[in-house]
Amino acid sequence: MAAVERKILLKHADEDYYSPSIDSYLEQGGYEGLKKALAEKPEDLREAVKDSGLRGRGGAGFSCGIKWSLVDRKSGKPIYLICNCDESEPGTFKDRQLVHKDPHQLIEGMMISAFANDVALAFIYIREEMPLGAKILEKAIEEARAKNLVGENILGSGYSCDIVVHRGAGAYICGEETGLIESMEGKRPYPRIKPPFFPAVLGLYQCPTIVNNVETLCNVVHVVNMGVEEYTKIGRHGNTGTRIWCVSGMVKNPGYYEIEPMTMKEFLYDVCGGPLPGRKFKGCIPGGGSMKILGAEETYTDREGKSFSFDEIIVDYDGIAAAGSMSGSSGMMILDDSTDIVEALANITAFYAHESCGQCTPCREGSLWTKKITARMCTGGARPQDVDLLYDMAGNIGGRTVCPMGYSTTWPVQSYIEKFRDEFDSKAQANECGMKSFDERLIEK
Amino acid sequence: MSEDQKDDGLISVFVDDKEVRCKPGTNLVDLVASVGEEIPHYCYHPKLSVSGNCRMCLIELGMPGRDRNTGEPMLNEDGTPKIMFFPNPAIACGTKAGPGMHIRTKSEMVKRCREGVMEFLLINHPLDCPICDQAGECKLQEFSTDYGKGYSRFVEQKVVKPKRTVLGPRVMLDDERCVLCSRCIRFSKEVANDDVLGFVDRGSYSTLTCYPGKQLENNYSLNTVDICPVGALTSRDFRFKMRVWFLKETPSICTESSVGVNTLVSSREGKIYRITPRRNDEVNDTWMSDSGRVIYKEVEDENRLSSDSSSGDLAQIHKYLESEKIAYVGSGSSSVEELYLYNRLSRTTRSVANYLVAHTQEGDELLISNDANPNTRGALSVGLIESLPEDQLSDLGSKIDAGDVDTLVAYNEDLTAAGITAEQLAKVDVIYFGTNSNATSEAAAVVIPTLTVFEKDGTFINQQFRLQKFLQAIPGLSGVADDLETFSQLLNHVEPDTGDLSSVQAVWAELSSEISLFEGQSFAALSPEGVALDGSTFKHLPFCEGKTLHYEPAAETVEAEA
Repeated sequence: MAAVERKILLKHADEDYYSPSIDSYLEQGGYEGLKKALAEKPEDLREAVKDSGLRGRGGAGFSCGIKWSLVDRKSGKPIYLICNCDESEPGTFKDRQLVHKDPHQLIEGMMISAFANDVALAFIYIREEMPLGAKILEKAIEEARAKNLVGENILGSGYSCDIVVHRGAGAYICGEETGLIESMEGKRPYPRIKPPFFPAVLGLYQCPTIVNNVETLCNVVHVVNMGVEEYTKIGRHGNTGTRIWCVSGMVKNPGYYEIEPMTMKEFLYDVCGGPLPGRKFKGCIPGGGSMKILGAEETYTDREGKSFSFDEIIVDYDGIAAAGSMSGSSGMMILDDSTDIVEALANITAFYAHESCGQCTPCREGSLWTKKITARMCTGGARPQDVDLLYDMAGNIGGRTVCPMGYSTTWPVQSYIEKFRDEFDSKAQANECGMKSFDERLIEK
Repeated sequence: MSEDQKDDGLISVFVDDKEVRCKPGTNLVDLVASVGEEIPHYCYHPKLSVSGNCRMCLIELGMPGRDRNTGEPMLNEDGTPKIMFFPNPAIACGTKAGPGMHIRTKSEMVKRCREGVMEFLLINHPLDCPICDQAGECKLQEFSTDYGKGYSRFVEQKVVKPKRTVLGPRVMLDDERCVLCSRCIRFSKEVANDDVLGFVDRGSYSTLTCYPGKQLENNYSLNTVDICPVGALTSRDFRFKMRVWFLKETPSICTESSVGVNTLVSSREGKIYRITPRRNDEVNDTWMSDSGRVIYKEVEDENRLSSDSSSGDLAQIHKYLESEKIAYVGSGSSSVEELYLYNRLSRTTRSVANYLVAHTQEGDELLISNDANPNTRGALSVGLIESLPEDQLSDLGSKIDAGDVDTLVAYNEDLTAAGITAEQLAKVDVIYFGTNSNATSEAAAVVIPTLTVFEKDGTFINQQFRLQKFLQAIPGLSGVADDLETFSQLLNHVEPDTGDLSSVQAVWAELSSEISLFEGQSFAALSPEGVALDGSTFKHLPFCEGKTLHYEPAAETVEAEA
C-alpha cells in the first residue's frame, strides 16, 4: 500500500469548508484543548508535553518538554513565551501555511503553553516578509480576545495572558533564538554568547524566556487534546507526532506534506510523485539549505554499523541523523541529475554570505569568501586548489562561531565536496579564464 | 569539591595541566595573563562587557567527567579524575573559572582555530602596515606573526569600505582596517555614556559608523583610539607624527584635576608626542579624558618663561625674604616635595600668611573632579595651608591694603586672576617662581622660571588621598633649574646648614621622618599604582569633589553641602 499523508495539524487547513476565522476553528472543536488545559495544573501540563516526546520543529529538534523544564522559575522575574515565526531557512514554508490558514490553532497552542509555563505575556515574532501573516494573526488574536480566549481572566479561570505580534526586521539570523530576542529588544540581531545568555535564564529583557517554533506550539494543542498516550502512538519512539515537510526542487509534486515517519522512497515516490520525467534523483538537502546533502547513490551506515541506501532513510529526526545529516527545519530540497552541484553550492553560499550577521569573524569573513570562490568557480575561473581551499576553510568556520549558523556555511561546503568531489574537480579542469593564483603569477615573474 | 575549596576561597584551574589558584569566576583571559601567558584576543577588554565576537581567544575546555547514570566522578586508570573536553572550542573571554576546570591553550586544535581566525581577519584587511599609524602597537600585526600564514590564499577582490572618515574632532576612522571587535562601541555606550557609534550593513560589509547627524565628540573619545586593537581609529592629533617604536614611555600623573589619572607620556628626543592612560584599577581603570591628553602642549607654550626671562640671583632674593611682612602664595599644581620645601622656606622666613589658590571647575562624574588642582591634599599634608583654599585671595588683598604685607612670594599662580589688583601688586615686592609669564610675573621684582610636570620627578596626592608619583619624561628647558634645586639653594642661602634637598629622594628622607602621614614611604619604593594614605585627619574639611569613577565623597561632606 502506498504511503500517504497523516494530517493532524493541517487537518482542516486546505479544506473548502475551512477559513482562518475563529468560527471556523470553533466549529471544528477549536479551543477545547485550552479549556481542558486550564482545568489542569501547569506542572502536569509540562510533564505531559515532556512525556509526549514532542521535539522542536524549528531546527535543532530539542525536546520541547525539557526546554520548558530548564526555565528559571525562581528568579522572580516574569517568564516570556515567544513564538518563533521567523521562518527564514531556505526551502522552508510550513509555518507560513499554519499561520495563514489556521492561526487559531497556533494561538490555542500558545495559550496552553503560556498557561503551562506561568507566562503572562507572549509574543509572536513574525518575519518581516510575511505582512499578510501578521495581519491574519492580529485579526485572529482580536477574535480570540473578544471571546475571552486571550487576555484577562481567560474563560473565568483567573489566568490572564496576552499575545503581542511583533514584526521582525528582516534577517535570516532573527530566526536564531537569541538573535530574535535581541531584535525584539530593538537591537541588531546579533546572537548572544552562551554562556551566560541562555534564554531559559537570561532571555528577553534579561528574563527567563521560552522560544518555540510555530509547528511545535501547534502540536501542543494535539498533545493536550489527544492525551499523552494517544499522541505517542503517532510516529515512532523519539520522533513522536507528525511533521510537515516542505518539498521543493526537482520532484513531480513539490509542496508541504504532513507525514508520520516513512522511508525516503515512500516519501519521494508515493507522496511527492517521484522525479521529473526522464530524470534521476541526485540527492536531497533534507532540512533547509544549511543541512548536509544526502546523495542518492550513497550507502549510509548507522551507529550500529548497519548499512542502508538513500531510499531506506527514514524521514524523521533520528532517521536523517543516522544518515549523517539533520532534519533541521524540514525544508527538503530535491536535486536531480540536471543539477550542477557547484552551482547549487554557489547558490546556497551566496545566501549565507548575504545573511551572515557579521558579528563574529569566522562566519562573517568565511561566508563571503566561500561565496566569492564558488561564484568564481561557476563563471569559468575555477582553479585546481580551490576545492581543497574551500573544504579546509569551511572547517575553520563551523563550531567556532557565536551561534550555530557557522555550520550553515560549513556543512553544505563540506558535504557537497565530500559527496560530489569529481564534479568540483572537473570544474577546475575546465577552467576557462585561466585564472592563476597570486603565488603562481609571482613564480612566473 | 570541598577538598578543592580551601580556606582562602580560591579554586584550582588547570591551564595546560599546570595548576593555577584563582578566585572562582575569574575571566580565563585574565587568569592566563596572571601566570605570564597570553591568550590572543581582540574584542575582549577587561573594563568592558564581554562581546565574544572576534573568536581569537578560542581554547579547549574540559571538566572532570561524571558518569551519566550514577553521577559518580569518572576516573582514569591511575585514579586521577578523567577530564572530558568539549568537542567544540570555547571562547576564553566568555568563560569563567570554575573548580576543576581544565583548559588547553596550546593544543593543535587551539592553534588551528587561531590560524583560521587570523586568516579570516586578514583576507579583507588592507596590507598597508608600512603606512599605517598603528604599526608597532597593532594586535593584528602581533598575532599574525604568531598565527599568520605568511602568504595569502585569498585571490578575490577585497571588500571596499570608507577610508579617512572624520568621526569627530579628535578621532579618524579607516573602516577597511576595522576588525569589527566593537570595543569602541561598547566603550562609548558603557563608559562614556555617549552611545553614538554602531555598525551598519551586514556580514563582511559591516561598517563602523557614527549615528547620522552626530559626532564622536565627547571628552573621552580618544579612549576609543587607545582600545582599538588595529589602526581603524586614530588620533587626529597624533597620527603620522611619530612611529610608536621610537617613543619612550614615562609613567606620569595627569594634572587636569584631583582625580590623578595615571598616564604614560610618550616622547622622543626631548619632545612629547602624546599622552595615553596607564591602567590603575583604583583610580582611572584604563581611561583618561581627551582634555588631559593635550596638557603636554604647555611645555612649548608661547608664554613659557625661559632662562632668558630669569632675573635676580639668590642673594637678591634673600634680601627680599628678610622682610618682616612677607606672605607666600603656593599652587595646588606643585608636587608634594615642592610644596614641602616652599612651606619650609615660608616658615624659615617667618611668613605672615600662606595661601593656596583654589581652582574649581565642574566635574564630569567620570575622571574630571570639581577640583582642578591635582595636589590640594598635598598642600594640606605638608602643612602649607590648614584649611581649604579659596579662589579669591581677598584676605591677602586686605593685608596688603592695611600694610601688613610688603613682600609677596608667588609660586605658579597669577595673583591678578585670584583677585589681587594691579594697584595692590604695585604696593609690594613680588618674587615670582613659575613656568609661564603673566601679569604677576610682569609686576615681579624677581622672576625665576620653573619646570612643567613633564620635566621633573615628584608626587601628587589625589582626592582619594592616594600618593602617586610622576617621573621626568623630557629634559627641562635649557638653563632652567629644577624647582627643588632652586628652593634647596635658596633654603641653604637663608639657613646655611639646611643640607642638600635638591632631589626628590632627599626630600622624601625628610618627609617620611617629619610628617606622620608619610611615615614609611619613600619615593623609590612607591609603586607605579601609588599608595593609599590615611587622610582621616582631614576628614572634617568640606572638599569640593563630587562623585567620580572609584570615588565617593565622604558622607559628611555631602551633608555639609546640602
